[in-house]
Amino acid sequence: MIELKNVSKTFETANGKVEAVKNVELTVDAGEIFGIVGFSGAGKSTLVRMLNGLETPTSGEVIINDVRIDTLKGKDLREQRKKIGIIFQHFNLLWSRTVLENIEFPLELIGMPKAERETKAKHLAELVGLGERINAYPSQLSGGQKQRVGIARALANDPDILISDEATSALDPQTTDEVLDLLDEINQKLDLTIVIITHEMHVIRRLADRVAVMENGRVIEQGPVSEVFTHPQEELTKRFVSSEVELPQTTDVKQIAQKLLQKNPTGKLVELRFSGQQVERPVINELSKNFPELEISILEGSIHQLADKGTLGSLFVQLNGTEQKVQAALEFLNELQVEAKVIEHG
Amino acid sequence: MDSQGLSSYFRFSDVNWPNMWEATWETIWMTVVSVAIVAVLGLLLGLLLYETAGSNKPAVKVLNWIVALFVNVFRSIPFIILIVLLLPVTQVLVGAITGAKAAIPSLVISAAPFYARLVEIAFHEVDGGVIEAADAMGATKWQIVYKVLIPESLPALVSGLTVTAISLIGYTAMAGAIGAGGLGQLAYTDGFQSYNNAITLVATAVIVIIVFIFQYIGDFSVRKIDKR
Ligand SMILES: Nc1ncnc2c1ncn2[C@@H]1O[C@H](COP(=O)(O)OP(=O)(O)OP(=O)(O)O)[C@@H](O)[C@H]1O
Ligand SMILES: [Mg+2]
Repeated sequence: MIELKNVSKTFETANGKVEAVKNVELTVDAGEIFGIVGFSGAGKSTLVRMLNGLETPTSGEVIINDVRIDTLKGKDLREQRKKIGIIFQHFNLLWSRTVLENIEFPLELIGMPKAERETKAKHLAELVGLGERINAYPSQLSGGQKQRVGIARALANDPDILISDEATSALDPQTTDEVLDLLDEINQKLDLTIVIITHEMHVIRRLADRVAVMENGRVIEQGPVSEVFTHPQEELTKRFVSSEVELPQTTDVKQIAQKLLQKNPTGKLVELRFSGQQVERPVINELSKNFPELEISILEGSIHQLADKGTLGSLFVQLNGTEQKVQAALEFLNELQVEAKVIEHG
Repeated sequence: MDSQGLSSYFRFSDVNWPNMWEATWETIWMTVVSVAIVAVLGLLLGLLLYETAGSNKPAVKVLNWIVALFVNVFRSIPFIILIVLLLPVTQVLVGAITGAKAAIPSLVISAAPFYARLVEIAFHEVDGGVIEAADAMGATKWQIVYKVLIPESLPALVSGLTVTAISLIGYTAMAGAIGAGGLGQLAYTDGFQSYNNAITLVATAVIVIIVFIFQYIGDFSVRKIDKR
């Protein structure tokens, strides 16, 4: 559906060249939710702006449904843009228009008659849960509601693709989840391809099927979300993943771990990572059965649901026993394909 | 020569009310007609300034430079000089150099550049994100102008026009002093030159009232259309 072939973009500025995007190869399949994650300045916006010709690549090809986008101009480009909906971090609604009129905006651009426009816009307002507020002005809405208007407006032209550029970054966590749920619902209901840009791994976990990680203009890693979450390859990816999976426990666990390590200096603190079916396996039970003389204390655990139906669990345990026993236990875990990471005293 | 005591201000029996009425209407007529023309001309010039700003195409740069020069030159000529300077032009355009109609060209030429600058500023203040959103939805340049730029900057356009209208009222009075009619001429010939201070005072009061009414209409409209 979307294909980026060796795409690069260099900006010429007064202070020299800025290589915003470098040699990006990417395909997005029809109907999937594709996430692009990276820190500020990684080139994410520049990359997606090339999908609708707001930016033209310095080299490489951008192909959507077998059409070269990067060479389109004038009317052809405008027609192509109508097939791609975008939602923005700052909503970019027209304050001079009501909710309904904002949703009608793209329909006015194609010259749809007023009555038809209104019916369609009302329907879309319902779809995003704003049926009651169609006559409100943006200034009277909350951030989450504004983004719903943004989503309805982006859907007005029945696009094939929806691009979301940091659409939840200005929202609080709860509102973020509501908007993500809405996007998920739309993806399923309308069979829409969604490209979602974010710097929050949370958004990727909740929504995306596949993810690309960007750093300094390059895509450094990409793959199915469950795989990237369980087996991140690059340093940056690991940081992103752990920021989402491990963040809640850090300080508490560290303190308890310190104490336990002091009490049993020979014991080993181990982080176990489960994914997929292993989450449902009684791993600890099997461990204690096989190693009765090993003392196992559980510190903390969590399970995360991934958007592509994968699950990801992590468990912090302390294994106390002789060096050999602990080593054998770790090998046993390895056989069960549970990732065990020994945490050196912190 | 009449006495010029302070009480002369209040000798209202000297005021010729039908003349005062006629002068009032002339002033309002000059103001309304010139404001209407200035609104259209200023909008076009302002749009031209906005659209040609910051381009790196040589032809566009030159156009921007010419328009900006025109705007700056005419904005800096004092009105009373401009009106004299334009007498031959007025003669050609209107066929006369006195009367309310003859004041219109100079009023417009002095106020349009001023309003054009305000329009340009108002357009620049429209949120760039909204323009980009319209662009990304496949809007044409022209659609962006009349569906985004103008509606989104309307409060600023209207308050700018109010300021312009009020300074135009002042200009009509100056034009009156050299024969354009209206309250300015009445105050100058019947008031000042005839030592009739009551007429000057009444003419002043009427002008102040006209200014207040324009200000009120402007403020009211801005409040009505501003949904931010
Ligand atoms: N029009 C431009 N002219 C010059 N440099 C630009 C331009 N647009 C982007 N850049 C530069 O390109 C780089 C990538 O910017 P981009 O906006 O794509 O990053 P991003 O990943 O979207 O960041 P953020 O998370 O902050 O939105 C940055 O260094 C930025 O300064
Ligand atoms: Mg960005």
